[in-house]
Amino acid sequence: MIWSKRNILFPLKLTDSLLHGILRAGAVISALVMLLISLFLIVESWPVLGQISPVRFFTDLSWHPLEGAYQLMPMLAGTLYASVGALLLAIPLGIASALFIAYYASPRLAKWYKRLIELLAGIPSVVFGFWGLTTLVPLINQLHPPGASLLAAILVLTLMILPTITLTAYSALMAVPIEFLRNAAALGLSRWGMIHGVAFPAARAGIVAGIILAMGRAIGETMAVLMVAGNVVQYPDGLFDPIRTLASNIALEMAYAMGDHRAALFISGLLLMVMVMMLSGMAGWLERSRHA
Amino acid sequence: MSMSDSKKFLLICITFFVLGFGGLTCANAASGRLVLTGSSTVAPLVGEMARRFETMNPGVRIDVQTGGTSRGINDTRNGTADIGMVSRALKPDETDLHAFTIALDGISIILHANNPVTALSKQQIIDIYTGKITNWKSVGGADARITVVNKAEGRSTLELFLHYLELKNSQIRPHAIIGDNPQGIKTVAGNPNAIGYVSIGAAEYEAERGAPIKLLPLDGVDATIANVRNGTFPLSRPLNLITSREPQGLARHFIEFARSLQTHDLVEAQYFVPVEVN
Repeated sequence: MIWSKRNILFPLKLTDSLLHGILRAGAVISALVMLLISLFLIVESWPVLGQISPVRFFTDLSWHPLEGAYQLMPMLAGTLYASVGALLLAIPLGIASALFIAYYASPRLAKWYKRLIELLAGIPSVVFGFWGLTTLVPLINQLHPPGASLLAAILVLTLMILPTITLTAYSALMAVPIEFLRNAAALGLSRWGMIHGVAFPAARAGIVAGIILAMGRAIGETMAVLMVAGNVVQYPDGLFDPIRTLASNIALEMAYAMGDHRAALFISGLLLMVMVMMLSGMAGWLERSRHA
Repeated sequence: MSMSDSKKFLLICITFFVLGFGGLTCANAASGRLVLTGSSTVAPLVGEMARRFETMNPGVRIDVQTGGTSRGINDTRNGTADIGMVSRALKPDETDLHAFTIALDGISIILHANNPVTALSKQQIIDIYTGKITNWKSVGGADARITVVNKAEGRSTLELFLHYLELKNSQIRPHAIIGDNPQGIKTVAGNPNAIGYVSIGAAEYEAERGAPIKLLPLDGVDATIANVRNGTFPLSRPLNLITSREPQGLARHFIEFARSLQTHDLVEAQYFVPVEVN
């Protein structure tokens, strides 16, 4: 009865096509922004890409752009170490928090705990960086100098992506139809059996999406990492060695870079973008191959 | 359907480009115009001054381009630029040019306030920064590993520091690399075994406000703004505007403005030291 209205009332058709146009324009603009950003990065990095062989970004001795050395790999490694390390800490913690809110905590406690996590998600990254620089780095320094290190970057990043993982995992768990859980209870499954056997598989797609989102944030995070990671361009020998990430490389040097140095920084940006694309492509592929 | 889509897409692309280039070309249509090129250290400061000058003198447009001190000198000599920006004193073979100092740049070595070391020689600083000395014990301090804090590539502070020590950046073995002055001060304030260097203006400001850092004297001269101003502090340099002949008209007007009291706040905001011009 309700959908027959559509045929009776003519203006709806107009609204429909209007909406269609607006939505299409929106979609084109979003896609265009992405394309224009890629184009911009390539154009800006062209002065260096056209002059020197791309192999040098992998084979040069060091990153000293003013002396003509453009090694980017230690920063790529630093970016990966920091974000993977943060994910390794944040995934278990985040999922555990989500399970706690969804199934274990009393409603009152769950409400407050969730508020707290939401608050954590809203703290600007520079505040985390500031806290890291004035509190965390001196603490790590007492343990093992110099303090500004891969470990500090991982810990700060963990704090930043933890709420993303927790809140998306929680929403995914809440979206599991209540009948599933009732059926599981009716079959006499324990609480953990229900979570492990029913809720988790049903919510997996949402949880994975949250993890990918968190990974994107960890890879791209700039200011907080810049303040605590030490920013020395090198392959770290351990958790206490300083690192520099691709994103903080840009923020650190862009303000005063000119000519080839500037173009080389745009190449860091390009590399960062390719890396994020590859990782999200990989996540999509993983998801598909699991379903198959 | 797909045909019209791709046409629309093309149209949007063209619109973007036309808007972009149109914006660039119509910007050149002002009456009084000055071109300044040169040092990337001076350019941000002069850029701020130019913006204020433009607001005070509508119709005047000042174009500030970077490219290094040597470009500033070349462009001024061959007339491409009206005024050059140079981040050092003029050399003896550059006496054909007229220099006007608009600010002074000085940097200070900073240590944590609890560090017992009170002075370092130039050679000791070189050895610490190149990784030959790694423990404070070797220079009369506590038995602790030195944390070497260096500046990011491209910063003028780094350039001046390297020039003073006669080193290349690739010879330095840092444990932490920082961007701006406040970050450097916080890094040293949070680590009793760190050594770093920042603009004297920034260091004095923070030390007065209770940051646990101390400014080391160099060659027996205290690191103070006053000593930068009177020219005795070794790790400092003048920031100059240069012209090929005695400046006239708009160029003269701008140089006078840049050296006047009206720009002292801009100079201090960039952690440079204003010069006293009567």
